[in-house]
Amino acid sequence: MLREAYVVAAKDLRVEARSHVARTQVVPFALVVVVLFGLALDPDRGLLTRAAPGLLWVTVLLTTLLATQRSLALESADRAVDQLRLSGVDPAAVFLGKAAALSIQLLLVVSALALGVVVLYGAVLASPLLLVASALLATAGLALAGTLYGAVAAGLRVRETLVPLLVLPVVAPVLLGATRAWEAGVGLAVSDGWPWVRLLVAFTVVFGAAGVLAFGPLLEEA
Amino acid sequence: MLNAIGILGLGGLAGTVALGLGSTPPDRVQGELVRMIYIHPPLAWTTYLAFAVTGLFSALYLWRQQPRHDQIAASSAEVGVVLCSLTLVTGSLWGRPTWGVWWTWDARLTTTALLLALFAGYLALRRVVPEPVTRARRGALLALVAVADIPLVHFSVKLWRTLHQQPTLLRPDPQIAGVQAWTLLLGFASLTLVYVWLTGRRARVEGLAQLAEGRALDLAVASR
Repeated sequence: MLREAYVVAAKDLRVEARSHVARTQVVPFALVVVVLFGLALDPDRGLLTRAAPGLLWVTVLLTTLLATQRSLALESADRAVDQLRLSGVDPAAVFLGKAAALSIQLLLVVSALALGVVVLYGAVLASPLLLVASALLATAGLALAGTLYGAVAAGLRVRETLVPLLVLPVVAPVLLGATRAWEAGVGLAVSDGWPWVRLLVAFTVVFGAAGVLAFGPLLEEA
Repeated sequence: MLNAIGILGLGGLAGTVALGLGSTPPDRVQGELVRMIYIHPPLAWTTYLAFAVTGLFSALYLWRQQPRHDQIAASSAEVGVVLCSLTLVTGSLWGRPTWGVWWTWDARLTTTALLLALFAGYLALRRVVPEPVTRARRGALLALVAVADIPLVHFSVKLWRTLHQQPTLLRPDPQIAGVQAWTLLLGFASLTLVYVWLTGRRARVEGLAQLAEGRALDLAVASR
């Protein structure tokens, strides 16, 4: 199953690499949002630095919506999903593969944004291990939830507006967990960031399991 | 049977209002504001009950594929969204004079608000899927994932902050007694009955609507 998941993930990433949508549209979108937050909150260094982790993760959430739509569009265009279904690949592998590809793209976005908040908001990346661990888990959680909910809304004409409504409330724990862990990671909070990492682990496990179980029936009728 | 439950529930609710506004004394600390206790916690309880029933019947639907289970799950979610909104509104009205704010980022408040958003999404999904079996299956999956998400939401916001009052009645040494306790219990019981009545009614209407949909299709095919 992991091999199949790897093939699906590689396919999605290859499509993204060749279409340049992630690089020329999604990442710039995220950076524009970061700049807009700077304008909205007045370039007062103190406020922006304090709010940096929260703003970064809200931006990642918005980017997740874009990237999820993109990941779904790959399959719905030209009814590619039918080929995927007929190929005999385990639906769980399709789910994990698509989520992995999405997660890697989101990690790239987080890296670009981290650079952005360091340069634009004056944040300091104090404990890299905590930052990297929470970013890995948070992007995985977002990608799993996005892929699962994308499949729930697959084939509907109102998908573009429905997916954000479904995904955003569900990923609230990821926003909280990642933001608090990053606050500790950039040295803003005195509290420990690791309990939040455990929360992110729990979220990733729950949504990974839910997707593995539910993706088969969902793919069948997409 | 269902009508009897409805009459009992509505009667009990009227009794709760009468007792809560008339017979019960004001509180030493909260004064007249304490009267909110006869309505707000029962609303919150029925909200959680409604969403739990949605989760349960969604699981039953996935297991047995009975349209009836799907109708109950959907109806319970609809009633739950109304109750959840009322919980937030009454809580806000109570919070303003006692805490000084309409809203606070407390664990339970935040969980309840997100719960409303989760199940509003569930109802929105049900609206836009035209085919009944697909609608039922996707709705059931969504409801189960939402139910799985609730502990995560609750744990995360609890880790974040908490201010809400701890339970008053359901604890080894209840903090309430006499006519006040009975009024509160009456509130819980009658609102639960009202919830059962509304959900039962709504499920029946949903069942009839689906039946009518099927009939209309048969008629359209026959008239060809």
